[in-house]
Amino acid sequence: MSTTAPRKITRLRPRRTAQSPGRLLREIVEWIAASGFFLAGISSIVITAAIVFVLVYESLGFFREVSLVEFLTGTEWMPQFADPKYGILPLICGTLVTTAVALSVALPVGTIVAIYLSEFAPFFLREIVKPVLELLSAVPTVVYGYFALKFVAPLLQLVIPGLPTFNMLSAGLVMGIMIIPYVSSLSEDAMRSVPMLLREGSYALGGNRLWTSLRVVIPSAISGIGAAYILGISRAIGETMIVAIAAGMQPNFTLNPTQPAATITAYIVEVSLGDLPHASIGYASIFAAGFLLFCMTLVFNIGGQMLRRRYHQAY
Amino acid sequence: MVSSPAKGSLAATSRAGMVAAARTDYASESKLKAEVRGLNFYYGQRQALKNVSLPIPERTVTAMIGPSGCGKSTLLRCFNRMHDLYPGNRYEGEILLEPSGVNILSPSVDPMEMRLRTGMVFQKPNPFPKSIFENVAYGLRLRFVNDRAVLAEKVEAALRSAALWDEVKDRLHQSAFKLSGGQQQRLCVARALATDPELLLLDEPTSALDPIATSRIEDMIFTLKEQVTILIVTHNMEQAARVADYTAFMYLGELVERGTTSHIFQSPTNPLTERYLTGSFG
Repeated sequence: MSTTAPRKITRLRPRRTAQSPGRLLREIVEWIAASGFFLAGISSIVITAAIVFVLVYESLGFFREVSLVEFLTGTEWMPQFADPKYGILPLICGTLVTTAVALSVALPVGTIVAIYLSEFAPFFLREIVKPVLELLSAVPTVVYGYFALKFVAPLLQLVIPGLPTFNMLSAGLVMGIMIIPYVSSLSEDAMRSVPMLLREGSYALGGNRLWTSLRVVIPSAISGIGAAYILGISRAIGETMIVAIAAGMQPNFTLNPTQPAATITAYIVEVSLGDLPHASIGYASIFAAGFLLFCMTLVFNIGGQMLRRRYHQAY
Repeated sequence: MVSSPAKGSLAATSRAGMVAAARTDYASESKLKAEVRGLNFYYGQRQALKNVSLPIPERTVTAMIGPSGCGKSTLLRCFNRMHDLYPGNRYEGEILLEPSGVNILSPSVDPMEMRLRTGMVFQKPNPFPKSIFENVAYGLRLRFVNDRAVLAEKVEAALRSAALWDEVKDRLHQSAFKLSGGQQQRLCVARALATDPELLLLDEPTSALDPIATSRIEDMIFTLKEQVTILIVTHNMEQAARVADYTAFMYLGELVERGTTSHIFQSPTNPLTERYLTGSFG
C-alpha cells in the first residue's frame, strides 16, 4: 500500500547567497537591541552599588567618632542627648520583635490561605479571592499604621489591661496582615506549579486531598514557599510607616511586645524628619543604622537563595 | 460469565460492515477479575469511550493498544476512578469487580476505596520528593501502617518484586530523585505494589524509558502476573506481543477487537485491527 517512492522534493525558491542586502541592517538592529537590554540589565547593578557606596561612605564618618563595638553592643540609643549614646541593640530589639509578631501572623495564615487556594478552592472562588487578597498589599502603609494605632491598639487594650497606646504588638499584628498576600500569593504559585502527575500519583494510592497537599504538594513546592517566606521576612524587617506610627518612637531595650519601642527604620524616619543638623554625628548615625538594616536583609536573602538552591527541584 | 458476547462493543453502524463478531470464548479463559460492560465515558460534552465491553481474566496481562486518542488511557483511568478528580467527567455503564461483583463506577462506591485496591503506574516516573523508602511506604502509611518492622518488611518485598532491591538496598534513605529514570519508574511500580493491589494499572509505563530499562520493566511484568492482574496501555505493539496474554485493540473510543494476544497478532478478525498492526494507519 505504501510502497510508492516518496515524492522528489523540488526547491520552490532559488538559493540565495549568504550576503543578501538585508543582512547588514539585521545585524545593526540586533546590535542595538542587545545593547539596550544590556544597559537595562546593568543599570540595576549600578544603582545597587551606588546605594551601598553611599551607605558605607556615610557610615565610615560615623564610625570615626563611635567605635564599632560600642555601636553593636551598647544597650542605650540616645543620639539627641548632650551625652549621646550609640548602642544599636534597642533598635535591633524593636525590629526583631515587630518582625517576629508580624511573621507569627503572616507565615501561618499565608501558608494556609495558599494551601486552600491551590488545592481546595473551586476555580471561580480562587479567581475572586486571589486578586482581592493581593489588594491588601496595595493599601498604603500609612493607612495600615493608623489602622494599628486607632483601631487595633484600642481593641487590644480591652483584652490586655494597661497596654500602652503605642506598642509593638498592634504594629506587628497589622504588619502581619499586610504581609499575608506576599506569602500566600508566591506560595500558591509555587504549589500550583507542582505537576498534576505528582498529585495523581498520591491519589492513585488512595490519598485524600489534605494528605496529598501536606505530604506531596508542599514538599515539592518547598523551595518556592521558602522564597515566599524570605520575601515576607525582608518585607517585615524593612517596613517603616506602620512601626513609625503605631509602635512608638522611643528606643526601648526590651523583647516584650506589649511595650512601645522604635525600630531601625522608625529611627531613620524620625531623624530625617527632625532637626538634627546634616553634618552632625547624630545625622550620620542613620546611615550606620541603614547599613546594618541592609546587612540584615542581605543575610536573609542570601540564606533564602541558598535554601532555594538546596531544595530546588526541576520537573 | 459465559454470558452475552461483546457484540455491543461496536455500536457505530458506519463501520459495521467491517466488523465481524468479536471472539468470545470466555469459557476457555480463567476466572475473571473484572468485567467492563457497556461503558460510555464523557469528558464534559465529548464522548471518549463508546459502549466498551471487556473481560479481564484474573492473574493475566491485558494490553490495550490503538492509535493516540483512541481512549485506551481513558479506559484505564476508569478502573481507579481517576476521572473523578476533574469536574465535568461522567461515566455510564459498569465495571464489575470480581468476586464481589460490585460496580466500581457506581456513585455509591467511594473512589478512594477503589484506589486503595488498585495500583497505578504513569507514563512518566513520578516519585515523591521523599526518600526511596518513604516513597514505597507512602501507600502503607496512608493505610495507617506505622509499625517499623512491618513497613521495612513490606518495602523490601515490594522493591524485590519490582526488581529494584539489589540496586537500592544500601541507599534506602537517599532522595528518590537521585535514581535514574528507569529506576524511578520501577520505584513507582514498587510503590504501587507495596499495598498488595488487586489490579495493577500501567499507563504506557515504558514510554519515557530507554530499551534496557524497558526490557527490565517487561521482565518484571512477566513475573508479577503470578500475583496480580495487570492492565497495560501501550503504544508499542511489540511490547503488547511480548508481555500480554490478551490484547484489546481500540479505535476512536470503541473497542474494535479483543482476544488472546496470539490471535490478535496472527489472525485478527477485524480488518481494521489488521491494518493498524501492519502499520497502514495510526
